[in-house]
Amino acid sequence: MSAKSEKKIVINPVTRIEGHAKVTILLDDKGKVKHARLHVIEFRGFERFVQGRFYWEAPTIVQRLCGICPVSHHLCAAKATDVIVGAKKLTPTAEKMRRLMHYGQTLQSHALHFFHLCSPDLLFGFDAPVEQRNVIGVIKADPETAKKAVLLRKYGQEVIRFTAGKRIHGTGAIPGGINKNLSTEERDILAKDIDIILQWCIEALELCKKVVKSKLDFFLKFGAFDSNHLSIVREDGCLDLYDGLLRAKTADGKIICDKVKPEDYLDYIAEEVRPWSYMKFPFIRSLGKEKGWYRVGPLSRINNCDFIDTPIAEKERQELMSLTKGKPINASMAYHWARMIELVHSAEKIKELLSDPELQGTELITQGKRQKRGVAWIEAPRGTLFHHYEINDNDQIVLANLIVSTTNNNEPMNKVVEVLARDYLEGKSEKEITEGLLNHIEVGIRAYDPCLSCATHALGQMPLHVQLYDHNGALLDEAIR
Amino acid sequence: MSDNTVTFKIDGVEVRASADKTIIQAADEAGIYIPRLCYLKELPPGGHCRVCTVKVNGRPVNACTYPVAEGIIVENDTEELNTLRRNLIEMLFVEGNHFCPSCEASGRCELQALAYRLGLLAPQMPYLNPQRELDATHPDIYLDRNRCVVCGRCVRASIYLDKKNVFGFENRGIKMKISVNSNDGLRDTNLTKDDEAMKVCPTGSLVIKRQAYLTPVGSRPYDKEPIGSEIEKKKCS
Repeated sequence: MSAKSEKKIVINPVTRIEGHAKVTILLDDKGKVKHARLHVIEFRGFERFVQGRFYWEAPTIVQRLCGICPVSHHLCAAKATDVIVGAKKLTPTAEKMRRLMHYGQTLQSHALHFFHLCSPDLLFGFDAPVEQRNVIGVIKADPETAKKAVLLRKYGQEVIRFTAGKRIHGTGAIPGGINKNLSTEERDILAKDIDIILQWCIEALELCKKVVKSKLDFFLKFGAFDSNHLSIVREDGCLDLYDGLLRAKTADGKIICDKVKPEDYLDYIAEEVRPWSYMKFPFIRSLGKEKGWYRVGPLSRINNCDFIDTPIAEKERQELMSLTKGKPINASMAYHWARMIELVHSAEKIKELLSDPELQGTELITQGKRQKRGVAWIEAPRGTLFHHYEINDNDQIVLANLIVSTTNNNEPMNKVVEVLARDYLEGKSEKEITEGLLNHIEVGIRAYDPCLSCATHALGQMPLHVQLYDHNGALLDEAIR
Repeated sequence: MSDNTVTFKIDGVEVRASADKTIIQAADEAGIYIPRLCYLKELPPGGHCRVCTVKVNGRPVNACTYPVAEGIIVENDTEELNTLRRNLIEMLFVEGNHFCPSCEASGRCELQALAYRLGLLAPQMPYLNPQRELDATHPDIYLDRNRCVVCGRCVRASIYLDKKNVFGFENRGIKMKISVNSNDGLRDTNLTKDDEAMKVCPTGSLVIKRQAYLTPVGSRPYDKEPIGSEIEKKKCS
């Protein structure tokens, strides 16, 4: 086969995701997929420019790499600096305030993704007219649901404001604790609406389930492939989005590693650099680059945990896991279902916390023996997030390593592009490759809710680009947004 | 009217003050805010920043150094002067590296607060992005020259209040920077975190370590009211 007879499809940018990327699919002279890639075309910088700054600035600086899940970075960096200031155990008020902040963020982020980014595909069809297949289309078709979506997100943002000081990029979490408690006035404002918020979350989950169950076989096969799954779980195996120990399972549920502590993460996880993307490719060391890649995020968390400690979410987890008789689910589209279970779980957790008087406690900070290395993780909405800092004698950061949720999902997102390209584009003529068909590729990527500015710790504004080349190397189609 | 008292006008408002006062001291006592950056009432005036520039009988002068006099006409809160002050603040922003979003002084920073008060939303002048030094050598204190506006408050506080002479000026013009009286950074000076010099920095340049972000957003001084409000309240009372 000559290079001249190949063709390349480009989708640029991939839309309704957080951040900027492009897809290229290379077809050989027989129209078979030679390779398919998700290129992340943002530049990373945060790990470098926090060097020289003080460790207590990390939670406030590093969160600026994202406008959607800054709370995850804020809290993860704060947890790493807890280690540095020797705060082995936070005060109950500090830990619960941080947890409340985190559940508020998970609620708003999951609601944003489901309603604003992916519901147009699920409600109207993957190849529905593009002028309908967007959030405005959702508002027109179902204004009541759209209103609930906006208010759900608003509620999550209010939780963040009351715990972090601001809706976006707050300063609540500080090394060793938190800088405020929840006043009774703030508690009462949040408590007033939590029952209706929980109800709306359950409705969102039901809507998601209704769509998926209406074409269950299709959704379970769409963009499906086997992978390992990685997440943190509580020591007793419970789902825990704020803290826990690392667990990884194979596609069929065998434990690869379990109860791994944050400080040992480098013994288990490594990252590969490939020249065509700014995003690294992490893998489990013991399995190597070829077999060690894994999924993270809502689906992996539901697959990996043994149970959930809130009643509605646990019942829903059992229903989802019954699809595969308790074995891990390896269907990309199951992410949506798992994400909505976590949406309900977050609302249940917020409700539980709001009735806890320790949120009004006044012991906010604790400290201990100073350390020069701090490593922490958290389950961000999109998956496991690692922050690692090392400091010098002057309190300045000399090393920062961030492995971000979306980075962990890099190989799976490339895999879903490849699988969907084979299923939907292979053997098609140029005329047959419609916008709707190309959207199938984007639907697969969207299931992972990637946040590419996080993943590359981006600087500035950069677009996403998808390209389709023929076997002669000629550009067949592309989309740039 | 006693012999050492004078009467004059600021923006048409009659002000009485002791004849040994400067315009800014008299204005403060009368509850009239004149924007300032390098001036601090506990220190001798420096006359460095020119933010307090007012017009006396039509001529621009420093309010922090110019004495009051009988019958003078002072212009302060005028569009012309506020535009000049805004330009000065803007130049200070673009000459340094002021990253308010993550700066621990945000919400208590006088430079930031002046920008808000004077309506500077985003600089129009190009950022110079200078290379500035951060001195983190002291166990309890850091000096971040990225955020320094060379107001000289620390220089004067160290000399006149602490009697130590830790800080001084180095170079001239746009290259001027704060230096310390040692060859090995702050760690080799006799500066302590209890010194008066540690209480006067208007930005986040001279700061006690490990005290960052203790005040929640919403409770910081300028979250509540604009800079100058504490002076203007005197007028109301």
